[in-house]
Amino acid sequence: MADAPLLSVEHLDVTMRGIPVLEDVSFQIAPGETLGLVGESGCGKSVTALSIMRLLPNPPGKIAGGRILFDGIDMTALDAAGLRAIRGDRIGMIFQEPMTSLNPVYTIGDQIGESLIVHRGMSGSAAKAETAKLLDLVGIPSARNQLGRYPHEMSGGQRQRVMIAIALACRPKLLIADEPTTALDVTVQAQILDLIGRLRVELGMAVLLITHDLGVVAEFCDRVAVMYAGRIVEEAPAAELFRRPRHRYTEALLHTMPAANPPGRKLPSISGTVPAPLDRGDGCIFAPRCGFAVPRCTAELPPLEGAPHRLRCWNPA
Amino acid sequence: MTVLLEVADLATHYAAKDVTVRALDGVSFTLREGEVLGVVGESGCGKSTLARTVLRLVEPTGGAIRFLGEDITRLDRRAMVRRRRQMQVVFQDPFGSLNPRHRVGEIVVEPLEVHGIGDRVSRAARVAELLALVGLPADSAGRYPHEFSGGQRQRIAIARALVLEPKLLIADEPVSALDVSIQSQIINLLAELRVRLGLAMMFISHDLSVIRHVSDRIAVMYLGRIVEIAPTADIFERPAHPYTQALLSAVPHTDATRRRERILLSGEMPDPAKPPGGCAFHTRCRHAMPRCSVERPLLVPRTIEGGAVRETACHLY
Amino acid sequence: MTTTAILPPRRLIARTLGTPGAVAGSVILAILVLGAIFAPWLSPFDPNATRVCPRLAAPSLQNLFGCDLFGRDIFSRILHGARLSLAVGLLTVAISLIAGTFLGMVIAFLGGRADRIGVRLLDVMLGFPAIVLAILIVAVLGVGAFNAALAVGISGIPRIARVIRSATLTLVGREFVDSARAVGASQTRILRRHLLPNLLPIVIVLGSLDLGSAILSTATLSFLGLGAQPPTAEWGAMLSAGREFMRYAPWTMIFPGLALFLAVMSVNLVGDRLSHVLDPRASGSDG
Repeated sequence: MADAPLLSVEHLDVTMRGIPVLEDVSFQIAPGETLGLVGESGCGKSVTALSIMRLLPNPPGKIAGGRILFDGIDMTALDAAGLRAIRGDRIGMIFQEPMTSLNPVYTIGDQIGESLIVHRGMSGSAAKAETAKLLDLVGIPSARNQLGRYPHEMSGGQRQRVMIAIALACRPKLLIADEPTTALDVTVQAQILDLIGRLRVELGMAVLLITHDLGVVAEFCDRVAVMYAGRIVEEAPAAELFRRPRHRYTEALLHTMPAANPPGRKLPSISGTVPAPLDRGDGCIFAPRCGFAVPRCTAELPPLEGAPHRLRCWNPA
Repeated sequence: MTVLLEVADLATHYAAKDVTVRALDGVSFTLREGEVLGVVGESGCGKSTLARTVLRLVEPTGGAIRFLGEDITRLDRRAMVRRRRQMQVVFQDPFGSLNPRHRVGEIVVEPLEVHGIGDRVSRAARVAELLALVGLPADSAGRYPHEFSGGQRQRIAIARALVLEPKLLIADEPVSALDVSIQSQIINLLAELRVRLGLAMMFISHDLSVIRHVSDRIAVMYLGRIVEIAPTADIFERPAHPYTQALLSAVPHTDATRRRERILLSGEMPDPAKPPGGCAFHTRCRHAMPRCSVERPLLVPRTIEGGAVRETACHLY
Repeated sequence: MTTTAILPPRRLIARTLGTPGAVAGSVILAILVLGAIFAPWLSPFDPNATRVCPRLAAPSLQNLFGCDLFGRDIFSRILHGARLSLAVGLLTVAISLIAGTFLGMVIAFLGGRADRIGVRLLDVMLGFPAIVLAILIVAVLGVGAFNAALAVGISGIPRIARVIRSATLTLVGREFVDSARAVGASQTRILRRHLLPNLLPIVIVLGSLDLGSAILSTATLSFLGLGAQPPTAEWGAMLSAGREFMRYAPWTMIFPGLALFLAVMSVNLVGDRLSHVLDPRASGSDG
C-alpha cells in the first residue's frame, strides 16, 4: 500500500471471560478506502468493531494482545479522555438497530448537535445550523423542520440516516458501520448504501463495513476480509475474492448462497457447526468441516499470508 | 392440477387509534396442489398479514379464502379447527415460535392431541418419525427448545407443522433469522419435504434470492396489494411492474454479471393508513402518468410464452 | 436473548441461596416455619392459659419473653402466633395470586373490549388504598382472622392482575401462541398449556414479594381490632394489646414486633433473590 494506513489492527487478541473470541486479527485500512468485514454470527466481526472503538465492555471483554493504530495513535494505550477525543470526532460509528441506538427522549436535532458541542465546542445555535446542514447531507428533506422530531416519529430508513448524520457530524476520517442495513428493506438498503458511498467520496472518509451479507460487501467494498471463528481466514480485493475465492470456507459460503445456484437445485451446505472456543484444536479452525482438509490442516495452524490476496489455508482452491 | 387455495379480493383492515390501516387491500391469487407460491415484498407490504389472514389467525374484513372450494372465512370455530389439519404454518423466529417451557416432544405432539389423533403409543411413534424426517436426533424429544441452535429449532417447528400431514404449508420468513450456511440446510429440507409429501407452500420472504430458489410462481406485494404475479423465471428475467423492477435492481450480488442497473426509489413506502389514491406505487414510480394517481390498476392476466400466465397491476400494460 | 431457562428444583434452591442476604433470610424463615409447625411441643406453656406467671413480668429464664397483662407467657404466644400469621399470610397471598393471575391472564388473552373494561375496573380498585379497601371488606364480612385474610387477599388482586395482564400481553404477541392457534388449540388449552407455564415464574416471584406485606397487612388489621380476636395469639393483636404498657413493660410490644419484623424481612430477602433468579432477563449468569 502506497499510503500510510489510516487504521492498522495488528495481531489483535480479545478474550471474553478469559475465553478467546478474537485471535491474531490483523488488517489495515488506507485513507479513503472501504474494507468489508464479513462472516456469520459469532465470528467476531462485531467484537472487532467494538474493540477498535474500545467500546467492548470490560469486564467481561479484554484486549489480551496486539495493537490498534489509528493515524499512528495506539488505541489500546489510550486513557478515557484520549478515547473520548477520538470517538465521535475522528472515528464515527453506526449500528444495526437505529431505533435502540438513538435515545428516545431527545429530539434528533439534540442528538446530532451533541457531538458538535462536545467535540467542536460549538454554541447551541451554531450547532443547530450545522445540524440542519447535516440532515440535508444525509437526505432528510426540509431538514430545519425535522430537528424537533423524536426517533419514534421516523421510519427505520430515516433513523439510519439520522445515525449517519450523528456519526458524520465531525467529519471523521473513519466510519465504522456495523450491519448498517441489516434491519432495513432491500430498497431502503440500496438508498442507505448509496448515501454512505456518496458521502465517503465527498468527505474522503475510509469505511469499515461489517456485515453478514456477501452481496453488500461485493458491491460496496474495495477489499474484503472474511472472518471465521475469531480469525481472519482470507482477505483480498473484493472483485478478486468473489470471482476466485481461495479459502475453503469462503468458497463453501459462496456456494451455499441460493443466488449462486440454479433455482430448485439442492443447495450445497457446510456440514457441522462452528466449534466452541475451547474446543479448537491446534490446526485450522475450519478443518473439521472442510471437504478439502489434508492431514496438515488439523495439525498446524496456517498463517495468514500473501499479498494482496492474504490467505490462511494449507490447501487452497 | 386442482386448485388448493383461492384467495379472492381479500381485505384485512385494522383499526388503529382513529385511522384504519389497510394491511391487505384487495388481494387475489390461486395456489394449486403441490405448488410453491413465493410472496415477496418489503416490511409493511402486508405479506405477513396475508399469511395470518389465510390461516384465520387474523379475521379478514372482506373477500373470500376458498380452501378446496370451501370458503373458510365462513366456517365456525369447530369447523375451522378441522380445516387447520390441512393448513399449517412455520414462523420466522425460531426462538419465539416454540413454547420455551415445553419439551420438543410435547411441542411436536401437540397438534395430534388437539385433534385427538392416535393413542399415546402411536403418537410417540409419529413424533419419532417426524423428528427423523426433519433430521433431528431421536433423543431431541426430551429436551427443551433453548438447548437447540436456531436452525435446529426451525426443524422442530417444521416437524410440528407437518405432523398432521397438511396439504398446505405457510412459511412466513422461515429462514430470515438464520445464518447463510444454516439457511441452505433449511431451504433444502423444505424443498425435499415438498416433493416427498406433495406439499403446497406459500413461502413468504423479503429475500429475493431465497424466493427465487424455492418458488414456482412469485407474487410481489406493495402496500397491501399484489402488484405482479408470474412464474419465477419470468419475474426475474422480465419484471414488468416498475416496483418489481426497482426491487430486483436493489439486490446486491456477489456475482458481478448478475448486477442490474440500480433503480433507486425516492422517499419511503407510504403509510398504510393513508395509501395514495390510484396506484399505491405512483408516488415513487418513475413511469407515473396522470392516470396512475386517479385510477387503481387491476391485476390483468396475460398469457406469456409457454402458456403460462403473468398478471400485472400497472397502467403501462 | 430471553431464553427462559428451566432449572431443576435442586439447582434453583442452590442458586436462590446465592447471596448472604438470601442465606440469612432463608435461615430466619426456616426457624419461624419450624417454630410455627412445632409450636405445641416447643411452647413451655399453653398460649391462652392465664396466670402462668405474674402479670407483666419481665423476661426471665422461665418466661423467655416475659408475660402479658393476663399473665400469659409471651414466648408461647409468639410461637403460636407464628402459626396464625404465616398461615394467614399464605392464605392471603393464595387468594390474590389465584384470582389476580386468572383475571389478568383472561382479560389480556381475550383482548378488545374485555381488556378495556377489565383494566378500567382494576384501575378503580387500585385507586383505593389497599388497606382501606381491606377495612371496607372486613366491615362487610365481619371481623376475624379468616375474614382479614380474605380482605387483604381481595385487596391485593388488582395489583397482581395488572402485572399478570401486561406479562400475558407480551406472551400473546409471541409466535408460539399463534403457532398453538394455528394447530387448532382451543382457548382454554392455550391459557392452560401455553400461557400459564410461562407466567409461573412471575407468579412465584409476585407471591414471594407479597407474602411479607400480606403478613404485615393482616397484622395491621388485627392491630386495629379488625382481624384475629382475643384471646387468639396473633402478632398484630399482641402488639395492639401491648402498646398501653410500652413504658413499663416494653417486652409486651418488642417481641411481637420483632417477630413480625423478622418474618417480613426474611420473606422479602428470599423473595428478592428468587425474583432475581427466576427473571428470564437475568440471562442465566449469576449476579
